[in-house]
Amino acid sequence: MGEGEKKPKFAVDPNSAKFKLNEIVAKHYKEVQEAKDRGEKIGWCASNFPQEIFQTLGIKVCYPENQAAAIAARGAGQRLCEISEAEGYSNDICAYARISLAHMMVGETPEQNMPLPDFVLCCNNICNCMIKWYENIAKELNIPLILIDIPFNPDYEVSDAQVAYVKSQFLAAIEQLEEITGKKWSDEKFKEIMEISNRTSRAWLEATAYTKYTPSPLNGFDLLNHMAVAVCARGTVEAAEAFETLLEEYKKAVEEGTSTFRAEEKYRIMFEGIACWPHLRTTATGLKSRGINMVATIYADAFGFIYDDFDGLIRAYCNVPNAMNLEHARDKREAIVKKTNTEGLLVHTNRSCKLWSGFMYEMSRQIGEDCQIPVTSFDGDQADPRNFSEAQYETRVQGLTEIMESNKGGKD
Amino acid sequence: MFTLGVDIGSTTSKAVILKDGQEILATSLIKAGTGTDGPGRAIEAVLAEGNLRPEEIASVYATGYGRKLLKNADGEMSELSCHARGVHHLLPEVRTIIDIGGQDAKVLSLGTDGRMTEFLMNDKCAAGTGRFLDVMAGILQLRIEDLEKQAALSKQIVKISSTCTVFAESEVISQLANGVEIPDLVAGICQSVASRVAALAKRVGVKETVCMSGGVAKNGGVRKAMEQELGLNITYSPMAQLMGALGAALYAYDKS
Repeated sequence: MGEGEKKPKFAVDPNSAKFKLNEIVAKHYKEVQEAKDRGEKIGWCASNFPQEIFQTLGIKVCYPENQAAAIAARGAGQRLCEISEAEGYSNDICAYARISLAHMMVGETPEQNMPLPDFVLCCNNICNCMIKWYENIAKELNIPLILIDIPFNPDYEVSDAQVAYVKSQFLAAIEQLEEITGKKWSDEKFKEIMEISNRTSRAWLEATAYTKYTPSPLNGFDLLNHMAVAVCARGTVEAAEAFETLLEEYKKAVEEGTSTFRAEEKYRIMFEGIACWPHLRTTATGLKSRGINMVATIYADAFGFIYDDFDGLIRAYCNVPNAMNLEHARDKREAIVKKTNTEGLLVHTNRSCKLWSGFMYEMSRQIGEDCQIPVTSFDGDQADPRNFSEAQYETRVQGLTEIMESNKGGKD
Repeated sequence: MFTLGVDIGSTTSKAVILKDGQEILATSLIKAGTGTDGPGRAIEAVLAEGNLRPEEIASVYATGYGRKLLKNADGEMSELSCHARGVHHLLPEVRTIIDIGGQDAKVLSLGTDGRMTEFLMNDKCAAGTGRFLDVMAGILQLRIEDLEKQAALSKQIVKISSTCTVFAESEVISQLANGVEIPDLVAGICQSVASRVAALAKRVGVKETVCMSGGVAKNGGVRKAMEQELGLNITYSPMAQLMGALGAALYAYDKS
């Protein structure tokens, strides 16, 4: 290739699910910015806050967790974390929070920009660190914070009392949002959005379930990217169509024996925890180079909400993975392990996420014992690149591989 | 037939030559690890001790943190599998291995057939590793091999409460300034390593017989503290630091 000539970039087929899903994410950020430019009130929102509520009200919101993950994956996690740390935030705090607070302070982040909010919406079913994170944003920017308290559920099932407690808060939140934005709630519109959201969730759950095939038609890491759409656009027809396209692609791949996992699938594992975004390539390559495909993740279930009415919606959001008790969370994972014939469990001990990593020691021990699969963990972080060691990751993954190989009756 | 196992660790390089997959013909240990000339020197030394030329080696396997850097190796295995294999070869009754090396600590669970069924490693922190002991020996102006003797002289253990190596360093300095006896401090340092790694072992589930391997196993002070922490006897082989290289030599034999 001559000097000055550039290698053409791989063009994504515009009819493919990948293209459609990428477009939805790009459109999502664009629409929020346009709304802000028009003078509409826009919000920042927790990932497990019902997207259906904004969709019904016609309010544009964006998701700091998605933004922080994108920033970290694009190599700017440390820069943003250090901005927050220089302002006095401890590096023990969640790196998504540090990145988000830094973005709030600097206002512009080229790696993944989004407009500053006019209100913030926090649901603590995802974590409790988020309460302080959002409180600080509200205080610094002098904007309203709507906080929905969805307590960690110590019981196995969601009780009617819990639904009533959370529902009353959501009803109040809808009124507050109407006041803040001047937009109006419509029950008819909600029903329509609910149907679309269910359609999207069904397609998402059905598509992600394709990892049950051996070999799997998809590289499980694909889901980490697609998940962004399940978070931010569940109640849109475009999202439903894109996931239905994805489903068709996986069906076809199974029929034709193809896969987006570009290696021979020798081992099938569950990956537990948020992705180590700053070292995504290293962590993914460490698996792929050994023929390890991630076929099981709780993420697939985490953003597929199926329900029939408003109470059902509340119940679904009370039952997200980070708000359920250990036994329930374990059983959900064990069902996935069994359904997908998973041979090993790799746990990301994520410095940022005390909630998730904290109960993983015991949960992974139980999963390993009940499902008779080897378990290993590695230290890392969802967005702060300083908390990861490649050599340690390699040794742990190789050790896990050697046990899986030995279990197959290979060498040793 | 001769096979060679090379264990390239973070602080040392070890090599073992095995005859016919059974007899240990020669061993070497060089105090220079990955990224240095240590691996090369370890190979030269082991060949010299075995009175062999390189071409007489049928197969070479590498292990340890530098395992991917050994040129001309026929294969590599993680130090986890190699320690399990090496220990099982010499001590087949062992079901739990506590391996403390220069920069990490591991606990391995073995099945009755010697296969590794489970393992746990320390998190990304030098506490509970050989590096912790190196740093502490440096502050006390002791050689690492003198720690055992000093710990044995202790009359009253001084507890080192800091997990972090850097904070523990200042804790030890302030204890010295308070006039605490060195043997009591050394015993506290050994106990600190043992209690941290014992917690890992308890998570895996300790099954007897328990053996310690890796460089730190040579330190009787840590072994004794570990026995107290776990409430059982720890088996120890003088080959403790060479178990990884031995395991690699056994894998090399399988390959040849």
